[in-house]
Amino acid sequence: MRRFYLRCFLLMPFILTFQGCAGIPKDALRMNNATLEDRRLQTRLFDTSDEKKILSASTGALQDLGFNLDASETDLGLIVASKERSAVETGQVLLAVVWSVLTRAPLLYDAEQKIWVSLISRPAGESGKQTAVRVTFQRIVWDSYGQISKLERLNDPEVYQGFFETLSNAVFLEAHGI
Amino acid sequence: MKRPVNFITALSLILSSLFLCGCEPPKREPGPVELRSMQSRVFDTTDKIKTLRTAMATLQDLGFVIDEADDVLGSVSATKLDRYAVRITITVAPRGVTQMGVRANAQYKLKAIEDPEPYQQFFAAFEKAMFLTTHNIE
Repeated sequence: MRRFYLRCFLLMPFILTFQGCAGIPKDALRMNNATLEDRRLQTRLFDTSDEKKILSASTGALQDLGFNLDASETDLGLIVASKERSAVETGQVLLAVVWSVLTRAPLLYDAEQKIWVSLISRPAGESGKQTAVRVTFQRIVWDSYGQISKLERLNDPEVYQGFFETLSNAVFLEAHGI
Repeated sequence: MKRPVNFITALSLILSSLFLCGCEPPKREPGPVELRSMQSRVFDTTDKIKTLRTAMATLQDLGFVIDEADDVLGSVSATKLDRYAVRITITVAPRGVTQMGVRANAQYKLKAIEDPEPYQQFFAAFEKAMFLTTHNIE
């Protein structure tokens, strides 16, 4: 028994090390290989130099998708919006129920989510004849116990394609990829 | 019977010490002047709006979502959610007549980031973007 305690004591540095060394993730502020790919996915060019018109149409497109405006700064070409929605997925709930019955663990599944979007426009192309729009989505998901279960960027191409389709319709202009 | 236990104990001790070596010793906290210096850079431009727009584009490149921006104050705040949450604020202010000062401060897990490396990485990306914007390269 004494040996067991000794071994537990000897293993403690492992646990302490893993807890004590949690600095900022190495790639948090570093450009990586996915940067260019992300930029392409998140950006479209519109054939107009009227940035305010694009921003105004973007507000409409975000409203169409159910977002509420949080902040905007027209001179910088920025719109920030968010929406809160249910994150319940039937499949995940069913698995959680089965797992909970089998192991008597608490019933945990994703319950709510808040999605943020920031949209930035800027003059682009030769002598600013075009306007580039870049949009980024991210979300926080809370589980059925109110704890944060996910902190993530939305990287699904469909989200971005869907948004730019709505925006193109709103602005009556074709959106070009970059 | 005795041997394997001793072997496990010895192995555990060796591995533990290795892990402890890998962990950096607690760093001395930088003073206010040192902190300001690692968080700031100066650029040869007088265009505040262009500098702010470049800062926003760089943050988007780094995976941040902009929370708010103010062209009068010259500030941009953004958050990155990627299994962790990092929040950053960039301020831009004229420095003398020909230059623009840019300062970034970030926080992670309820603490200010006081390590120079993340700021060096941010400004490396920002300087590149400033160069491209100045020379009108898409």
